[in-house]
Amino acid sequence: MSTLEARQIEKAFGRAHALRGLSATIEPGEVVAITGPSGAGKSTLLHCLSGIMRPETGEVHYAGQRIDTLDEAARTKLRREHFGIVFQFGRLVPELTAAENVALPLLFERHGREEAMTVARAWLEEAGATEVADARPPELSGGQLQRVAVARALVTGPKVIFADEPTGALDSVSGERVLSLLLAAARRGNATVVIVTHDNQVAAYADREIVLRDGVTMGVPA
Amino acid sequence: MSTGHILLGLLTERPKHGYELKREHDERLPGAKPLAYGQVYATLQRLQRDGKVAVTGTAQESGPERTVYEITGEGTADVRRWLTETERPAPYVSSPLFARVVLALVTEGSAEEYLLRQRAAHLDRMRELTARRGAAGASAGEVLAADYALHHLDADLRWIETARQRIDELTKEIRS
Repeated sequence: MSTLEARQIEKAFGRAHALRGLSATIEPGEVVAITGPSGAGKSTLLHCLSGIMRPETGEVHYAGQRIDTLDEAARTKLRREHFGIVFQFGRLVPELTAAENVALPLLFERHGREEAMTVARAWLEEAGATEVADARPPELSGGQLQRVAVARALVTGPKVIFADEPTGALDSVSGERVLSLLLAAARRGNATVVIVTHDNQVAAYADREIVLRDGVTMGVPA
Repeated sequence: MSTGHILLGLLTERPKHGYELKREHDERLPGAKPLAYGQVYATLQRLQRDGKVAVTGTAQESGPERTVYEITGEGTADVRRWLTETERPAPYVSSPLFARVVLALVTEGSAEEYLLRQRAAHLDRMRELTARRGAAGASAGEVLAADYALHHLDADLRWIETARQRIDELTKEIRS
């Protein structure tokens, strides 16, 4: 059974068609890069696969379960319990410390504060960001923000990690460190990884790429 | 690639024999094509003829006796001069990739399939290099060599993407 499957999905924003009958499957434990030029539909596909948005037509399945028909609350629950998401620029809560940001997904799952903070600090250590545990996001560099964001995405032990341009704001050496960290943790947890990127050097970390152009996948000719 | 200057540079550390120079070349430039023994000895003879290296004696470890070379004052000046010069950026676009795109348009009327296949081939190679760069025990030289190769392949891939976007323009020009 595939981990993720999109069947003939379509999504438009006004008159602009982001996805045009796109189909793709992602197998358990795979690291897949979604690549393509700007406007090809990469982020829209990630948002549909992760249940952040629903396609207008077609189906999205996760581990054999159809998820595009679930309501907002059920999709939020699914994301919290099964998925970890890393965005470009981290998207951390600026008022909270790095450790509190990492603990947040555990607090949503009703873990005790003390336990959540202990686990969060362990993940920050794993991410090489112990020294910023008590700092707030505006005080952090781009590389530090992404390390914290990776720790937050991994803290619940997700089955699937989605990353949208995770190294887009970083220089190549910092990007390489963040990516190596993300993928090493994913492999240890047998997680599936879906990375949206326009960066070929990031795509080279993946086992396979799904090339998008104008909202459809481009197959490599035999 | 100036093999003479590379050997001179390696000899600035201390006198070495040909086998040692070949081994050090291959270790320190891990992504480069390994030097052939014949090329090392031919280059050393040329450098000796030009007064840039001199024979300082022989060494015998476990194998045969080997001639040891040292760099001369003239050789040191030559390698320092070489290091102050810059490589001339390639004046012609002589990439086989570029030629294939143009010829695919001329003969097939489309380069789209070729570009997709070439992208896949480049990414395969980039995956190998990325894995090698991240492998436990990779030396700093190996990491740097992999970085160099990855950035060049990346440049090709970015050109391939640009080519895909410009291809209509190019097709019209070729057909007119």
